[in-house]
Amino acid sequence: MSRFQTILAGELHAFGTLAEVMAKATPARSGDALAGVIAESDVERVAAQMVLADLPLKLFLTDLLIPYEIDDVTRLIVDSHDTAAFAPVSHMTVGQFRDWLLSDAADGPALSALAPGVMPEMVAAVSKLMRNRDLIAVARKIRVVTAFRTTLGLEGRIGSRLQPNHPADDLKGIVASTLDGLSFGVGDAVIGINPATDNIPTAMALLQMLDELRQSYDIPTQSCVLTHVTNAIEIINRGAPVDLVFQSVAGTQAANEGFGVTLPMLAEAHEAALSLRRGTVGQNVMYFETGQGAALSANAHHGIDQQTLETRAYAVCRTYDPLIVNTVVGFIGPEYLYDGKEIIRAGLEDHFCGKLLGLPMGCDVCYTNHSEADQNDMDVLMTLLAEARAHFLIGVPGADDIMLNYQSLSFHDIAYLRNSLGLRAAPEFEAWLMAMGIVSETGHLIESGAGALRLLEAAQ
Amino acid sequence: MSDVPSHDPWAKLRAATVARIGLGRSGAGLPTGAHLTFQYAHARARDAVQSALDVDALARDLAPQEVIRVASAAPDRATYLRRPDLGRRLASGEAETLNARAPCDVVFVIADGLSSAAVQAHAAAVVHACVPKMSGLSIGPVVIAAQARVAIGDEIGNLLGARLVVVLVGERPGLSVADSLGAYLTYDPRVGRRDSDRNCLSNIHAKGGMSPQEAARKIAWLTHAALTLGLTGTGLKEDSGQIETENAPRIGGA
Repeated sequence: MSRFQTILAGELHAFGTLAEVMAKATPARSGDALAGVIAESDVERVAAQMVLADLPLKLFLTDLLIPYEIDDVTRLIVDSHDTAAFAPVSHMTVGQFRDWLLSDAADGPALSALAPGVMPEMVAAVSKLMRNRDLIAVARKIRVVTAFRTTLGLEGRIGSRLQPNHPADDLKGIVASTLDGLSFGVGDAVIGINPATDNIPTAMALLQMLDELRQSYDIPTQSCVLTHVTNAIEIINRGAPVDLVFQSVAGTQAANEGFGVTLPMLAEAHEAALSLRRGTVGQNVMYFETGQGAALSANAHHGIDQQTLETRAYAVCRTYDPLIVNTVVGFIGPEYLYDGKEIIRAGLEDHFCGKLLGLPMGCDVCYTNHSEADQNDMDVLMTLLAEARAHFLIGVPGADDIMLNYQSLSFHDIAYLRNSLGLRAAPEFEAWLMAMGIVSETGHLIESGAGALRLLEAAQ
Repeated sequence: MSDVPSHDPWAKLRAATVARIGLGRSGAGLPTGAHLTFQYAHARARDAVQSALDVDALARDLAPQEVIRVASAAPDRATYLRRPDLGRRLASGEAETLNARAPCDVVFVIADGLSSAAVQAHAAAVVHACVPKMSGLSIGPVVIAAQARVAIGDEIGNLLGARLVVVLVGERPGLSVADSLGAYLTYDPRVGRRDSDRNCLSNIHAKGGMSPQEAARKIAWLTHAALTLGLTGTGLKEDSGQIETENAPRIGGA
């Protein structure tokens, strides 16, 4: 007899492994169908959720989805598990854990204290039993504060990455997009460029330019060129002004190897960036990106559903005290998240799971042109994530990234979250925006646009 | 700045990038004009992905080349977008239409990929420009594959006994260019070839991209080099500095 089974209306639903229960309990998405792990019917999905709800959280400590011996992410998860922090929920089933998370007993301080005690798989499991509103309600209670030259994650605030990419890494073009973003009050989480040409000289030129721009306007923020971690180490050695080290990471050792990255590499880069002591109000120096489907696309998924693997990637992130982490939720394409409904669900799951694990979790609210999604879906997701108190969101000029050929949020959208929802920029950055005459005392963009013009005149 | 002022302070900066900067704003929203311009660009990109390839028109454009039509294992567009694996293989029974042909040096396969608009606009022109540059080589029939990705060329090339396959494929559309064509060359095509076994040209289009003539020159150069060296992929790239930029990996190609 299977350990994982239930009878519904006389029909037996049995599952062979914990991984199968997890996969089949997952709300439907194309990537799990592509991997062949999706539930075969809606009824089977609910049966798996019922089985999952009755499993003890403790089971995840011993029934490891990927064996300890073959995967360094599993080893990281097991070895860093904090038994004392786990104690308040250690007697619960997954279903009881959901009920507790939604209760008033699970307030901000209780959830922060719990973070080192929960494993990614426990968090992924409980998220599979939660509706979108549950994911928002719990995430909203959790506060994660990180800092470098700005302080992010404070009450009533939302950060933003200014993403001024250019297909030829043209410095003037990148400056033009950067000034546009600053005039909308965007850029308190980071001004971050994805380089079109991923080599060391290009990255150094871009870093130098961003640093000069930041210093000439005296902007309290941090910059980043999103190049491979091994490049970042070399760039630091060559003396370029590196604020944040970036890396894409995934939830299995094999998928990380596909990115050309190992845990010791990340530790080395973290140490190197810390040694520069460039932060003023904090020393969180890492920037990670993740996304559901990364492991499957690297053929490194071990038969596990993509949302559980995504959550495992957060164990990698939290080891290195990042300033910001974001899930690039709709970037990877419709074979992983098919439409707006799947993208919205995944964005809320990733945000919830990241925050429950103690991460400064943000999102690139985005889609590609072959996804069944449009800007209306992004409007819904950004509004929900703002209400869930995401750490930061990404903005690009007019929502159109001309280098990566996908759509994200626009600078206007970040301003909408500030104007309509009353969410403010990081305090250090907001003080600068006020001094420049870009936003008012309440954090709203000033209608005359005089501050933005001043910014442009100074650049001419 | 409820509208773009008459003296446009963004004019100078706008010249530095095609990014959508200096759009003005209505409150925190896009002004109506900029909003509709964006909607139009997205609609074009969506249509490029969703529209079916007009195979009859493409076959006419390819004349006098002999054309064979095949379908991938993806039965419709929605399945095709969800299941990249099905777009890489022929539908069952299609192999028979390709059997019993004399072996040849080169076969062109035209796959709709993620932009039928790109294939419709540029694929025939590239084939016509390539043929005179490949004198001395035997060229097989042109195969038009519907709901198909790059790797379908491996199975087709193998069935036709081709030494090398050139797959012309519609690339993932962006908002600025919705009809960009890519070309992938694979020596000794057979099922199971990896992306690192191929050479790639991208950005064949009319909005500042590569022209069909220029693409044909590069495809012919690569074809001759590949048939001489007996390989495509990373090994060929190292020996041909002049095509370095075209070999840059692309995210999310077909």
